Amino acid sequence: MQYIPNILFSIALAVGIGYFTINIRKIIRNIKLGHEIDASDNTAQRWSNVFRIALGQSKMVVRPIPGLLHIFVYVGFVIINIEVLEIIIDGIFGTHRVLFSILPTGLYNFLIASFEILAFLVLIGVILFWTRRNIQKLKRFWANEMKGWPKNDGNIILYFEMVLMVLFLTMNAADQSLQSLGASHYVEAGSFPISQFIAPLFNGLSEGTLIAIERGAWWLHILGILVFLNYLYFSKHLHIILAFPNVYFGKVVPKGKFKNLDSVTNEVKMMMDPNVDPFAAPAEGVAEAPAKFGASDVMDLNRIQLLNAYTCTECGRCTSECPANITGKKLSPRKIMMDTRDRLEEIGENINKNGEFKPDGKQLLDDYISREELWACTTCNACVEACPVSIDPLSIIMDMRQYLVMEQSAAPTELNVSMTNIENNGAPWPYNQMDRLNWKDEN
Amino acid sequence: MAEYMAQGKKPEVLFWVGCAGSFDDRAKKITKAFVRLLNKANIDFAVLGTEESCTGDPAKRAGNEFLFQMQAMTNIEVLNGYEIKKIVTACPHCFNTIKNEYPGLGGNYEIMHHTQFLKSLMEEGRLKVEGGKFKGKRITFHDPCYLGRANGEYEAPRELLQKLEVELVEMKRCKSRGLCCGAGGGQMFKEPEAGNKDINVERTEEALETAPKIIAAACPFCNTMMTDGVKAKHAEEDVQVLDIAEMIANAEDL
Repeated sequence: MQYIPNILFSIALAVGIGYFTINIRKIIRNIKLGHEIDASDNTAQRWSNVFRIALGQSKMVVRPIPGLLHIFVYVGFVIINIEVLEIIIDGIFGTHRVLFSILPTGLYNFLIASFEILAFLVLIGVILFWTRRNIQKLKRFWANEMKGWPKNDGNIILYFEMVLMVLFLTMNAADQSLQSLGASHYVEAGSFPISQFIAPLFNGLSEGTLIAIERGAWWLHILGILVFLNYLYFSKHLHIILAFPNVYFGKVVPKGKFKNLDSVTNEVKMMMDPNVDPFAAPAEGVAEAPAKFGASDVMDLNRIQLLNAYTCTECGRCTSECPANITGKKLSPRKIMMDTRDRLEEIGENINKNGEFKPDGKQLLDDYISREELWACTTCNACVEACPVSIDPLSIIMDMRQYLVMEQSAAPTELNVSMTNIENNGAPWPYNQMDRLNWKDEN
Repeated sequence: MAEYMAQGKKPEVLFWVGCAGSFDDRAKKITKAFVRLLNKANIDFAVLGTEESCTGDPAKRAGNEFLFQMQAMTNIEVLNGYEIKKIVTACPHCFNTIKNEYPGLGGNYEIMHHTQFLKSLMEEGRLKVEGGKFKGKRITFHDPCYLGRANGEYEAPRELLQKLEVELVEMKRCKSRGLCCGAGGGQMFKEPEAGNKDINVERTEEALETAPKIIAAACPFCNTMMTDGVKAKHAEEDVQVLDIAEMIANAEDL
């Protein structure tokens, strides 16, 4: 009988991690629906970005207040996981504060003390984040695309973190009271700079009640963590994992460098080469031209763009720096990312149900992202610059513009006129090529 | 350039004028000012003249990769035919395209934006500029997206302004967070989508908040957008929009 808690714990842990693994595999499968893309270049630069931008949070602190608060929560999240390791060992083997018996007392006390301080900072950070969203009502959290689930999602994450931190501190406070009562099993271990202020609330409680509180908080805390882990897949909060690979795969060339389409290069070269036989059969082994130019659905995007979509945590820094959005246009770079993920998830569900993708008469273009949004972009790269985790909404906008122009000839009329001008007289305006040097003799 | 070739000479640098610099009345003034500076510094330069054609930037950013690559390859053939090694241009869009997108299509050149080129001339002592008529004037600088964010060049234009001994006041959104003028990505050639304000007006308002005498620009398209913005705010009596090359040339009444 005495092993029941250990067994229950092991089952909870296995279910929690197992279900999470299943969902992560779905994400990987969905991302692989995109085109392969070579990112084997610039390895040193990529790792340096991971250290600077992801681990070092260098882009978060561009906005100092949320940047600092985020560092509290981020460092807390990473460091407190050492404590979760102890909780898992204790849970499986029925030990209590197992690291205390392994580590030197001073180090153990230092660790517990720093976890407590971090937990407190996380709590403050999270409460202020909640205030910024719900009381201060920062504009970027109240944009059109944030209505409904995205807004609730943001708050649910904050509630989760608040509850987890309160449980953690309550657990320590009760533990501390039990230690001072000399309860068996509760070795004197740890230093409690924060929960010492909670412990007095438990004065006068019996040992049994205290054990109930301590165990209750302990169980709810670890179960909460497992539930939260599994909540990630359904939430924008995946960035706590995906930010790292996403930054690694982020753009490492100048932001102004847009990729040249190789398939177009081949065709243009053929067009310009007088020796080419236009009716020649393609040589053996030559890659077929892609089915279409640009992107009208998520399968036309590449895997990094799809990873971008899962990584986006909807902070809206991109949108708040977007000149089109600032001046009231429909375009919001954040919405581009959210739409891409929503459509990818929809296709994933379709595959789950049918074993393979059955055409559903929908696509990313028009059903999710409107042409009006795409044409409002000035390609200024403000969104790319603003993203703290190296997401590139502009690349998706560009791929979709390519589809509109090269597959559908559906550019706005004025743009078509200027492109015709470029084609005919080498300038976007209808001037004569022969007048190009006229400025030389004008005053 | 054809004349140079006929004489068997090679210029030190090719000046890529760009469509705006060749045809747009406002931008032609920038072209001429820059040429005055090149002449003053005794730079042996050439232009392609009627053999120059649009780099393809607006077509590419509008999504027309075909047209872009046709333009690019035609230009690359001309440039490679003349064995061009070094190019300078006063347009950040031409600069970005030639710098970043031509190498993949066979066009490899050392390319500089005119602010970078002028800065290097001053460092080499080939061009000297002192405050002149802009000394102490309150001036704000609008970062072109395709020079700044796109290629990380924020300092060259500012160093030139410092050489002019102006009082440089930065806008709230500057350098890597600078707000676009609204012309990029083909927007120059179309009406904006529905919204509550034009981007150039938003940016001009921000510039005017710094109470400048001059809004300094480094891109012919930004120049147009900001000039229109200043007119929309009825501030053209008090505020001028000038390219940095024009300022340097005008500083000494060249």
